[in-house]
Amino acid sequence: MAIWLTKDSKVIVQGMTGSEGSKHTRRMLAAGTNVVGGTNPRKAGQTVDFDGTALPVFATVADAMKETGADVTVIFVPPQFTKAAVIEAIDAGIDLAVVITEGVPVHDTAAFWAYNVAKGERTRIIGPNCPGIASPGASNAGIIPADITGSGRIGLVSKSGTLTYQMMYELRDIGFSTCVGIGGDPIIGTTHIDALAAFEADPETDAIVMIGEIGGDAEERAAEFIKANVTKPVVGYIAGFTAPPGKTMGHAGAIISGSAGTADAKKAALEAVGVKVGKTPTETAKLMREIMSGR
Amino acid sequence: MDLYEYQGRDLFERHGLPVLAGGVATTPEEARAIAERLGGRVVVKAQVKVGGRGKAGGVKLAEGPEETVARATDILGMDIKGHTVHKVMITVTADVAEEYYFSYLLDRANRTFLCIASVAGGMDIEQVAAETPEKVVKAPIDANTGVDEAKAREIVSAAGFPAEVADQVVEVAVKLWQAFVAEDATLVEVNPLATTKDGKLLLLDAKVSLDENAAFRHPDHEALVDQASVDPLEQAAKEKDLNYVKLDGEVGIIGNGAGLVMSTLDVVAYAGERHGGVKPANFLDIGGGASAAVMANGLEIVLSDPSVKSVFVNVFGGITACDAVANGIVQALSLLEQRGEQVTKPLVVRLDGNNAEAGRAILDGANNPLIERVDTMDGAADRAAELAAAGV
Repeated sequence: MAIWLTKDSKVIVQGMTGSEGSKHTRRMLAAGTNVVGGTNPRKAGQTVDFDGTALPVFATVADAMKETGADVTVIFVPPQFTKAAVIEAIDAGIDLAVVITEGVPVHDTAAFWAYNVAKGERTRIIGPNCPGIASPGASNAGIIPADITGSGRIGLVSKSGTLTYQMMYELRDIGFSTCVGIGGDPIIGTTHIDALAAFEADPETDAIVMIGEIGGDAEERAAEFIKANVTKPVVGYIAGFTAPPGKTMGHAGAIISGSAGTADAKKAALEAVGVKVGKTPTETAKLMREIMSGR
Repeated sequence: MDLYEYQGRDLFERHGLPVLAGGVATTPEEARAIAERLGGRVVVKAQVKVGGRGKAGGVKLAEGPEETVARATDILGMDIKGHTVHKVMITVTADVAEEYYFSYLLDRANRTFLCIASVAGGMDIEQVAAETPEKVVKAPIDANTGVDEAKAREIVSAAGFPAEVADQVVEVAVKLWQAFVAEDATLVEVNPLATTKDGKLLLLDAKVSLDENAAFRHPDHEALVDQASVDPLEQAAKEKDLNYVKLDGEVGIIGNGAGLVMSTLDVVAYAGERHGGVKPANFLDIGGGASAAVMANGLEIVLSDPSVKSVFVNVFGGITACDAVANGIVQALSLLEQRGEQVTKPLVVRLDGNNAEAGRAILDGANNPLIERVDTMDGAADRAAELAAAGV
């Protein structure tokens, strides 16, 4: 069954005719995702051929939903246009918007998030600056490589892209229900907590891997949430133990400011609520392996 | 990007906020010219991006141009908590009656913005918040409705600003919000926001951070980057569109993806504990693409750091295929040779993921004695640390 993205999900791509958008539309189709079309107001009415699959281009998300019944959009538009693209998706009332675009100004993200809240959070937003969401064997919305792992009963939520892939690879023999890359920006639509709650409720997920990194206090808040709400075993990994304060490590949100946001503080918070935290990705995978072997 | 106080003061002034007249000087003679222009008593303030300047002797009063030259001479070149003072700001003085605190910032936890205001300003606001939380107002700001006069009045009344300054604080609150939005700032902090004995409100300090993701709509922000304090290797990397941060160790790091590279730094630091305490020398994320040219640029930057004794290339092939990465590494080494760079440092390479087998075969087939292949991340980190320790 997985969370948020299933084999029944109908996916459209905003920016499908751009270079990144078309490249990943092709990959998503190859992964078995039910991609039903894309949007580009200047190319509405045309179709684009992806290795034999002809996909229609619509002017707006609303048109695409009306014609195809799409319930998921993956957004590949450049940062200058991302805010407008997300607001269009919210206005259309789509269930899930996956925002892949990197380099979105935080005022723009804050604006589309506030807009979504004002509209009653009808739309789940994942990202921006994220690899997307994959339910192996069922559907893949974003840029997560589809061939790393098959389906299984581990849920994965992570701020990082390649570290997500690494963890999927380490545990590929066990497999995953859903892998969610929530992104490393200071403001993101879906948080660790949202994913933890969904995995807790998902009958096809037995245990959860949570990958965090320095900056902010999302992992500390996730720890509080786990204590009160999560009964399934959770294994954690935090990147950035040796990162110096004041230096941004690649992700706009990955910066230790003052005493806040250190990996040590996050690890301590997670361990205090019974989450086993690995020192390296491999050790973290080993902790999860021990949990799953007992089942 | 964090601004210097003088840059923040200029930014406030451009947005019509009341600040003290002043200017910035890099030499005592420039300081004299500013003091002559301003006339009378002035304050000479060290420009460093660190707190505690006053206690370190970096803020001094001066009567007239001669004293200004003397104070500027004292302060320029001073070391404040590891930061060398290259610039001083000279402003006229203010006859301060009351000191308040006011800021707008990003509230990551609540995915919005926050206004923090207090009538107990002029000191460490975190201490005030911890000891007397009732004196600090934290008001969430909706990103789309922002701070209009009504919202500002709400904040001003909640924080308990005295009636005689309330209107002025409201005006400052609205204009400061407009500046915060217009400049794509992630922080604007004024401490103190002060009243003078004749009842005027002034912004006496400026702490401003700007969002680098918004650079595309602020071509003027580029000029605010302080070239003098940028590490030359970081500058060279930036010109090649590489995400590089210089650190203090001996093991050069190249990887793909911010999280994986951060994780690589950790794994190398742990391995270093077993090998003479060697540490990662840098953070370098070459991103998803990892073509030969990008790999060559990355290797060139990492190898030009004289403290690097070994290099760990840690790539997980997601979208990028490992055979392309392996070809990139091999070609990068010959590219560097063609550029006249003598590569002598050992490279430990770990490839996993998409087409890893083909990638490993390419590395083995290259028969380059500098390239060593280790197939696990932990194992490769250990080997890179060992080689760095041997080369130190």
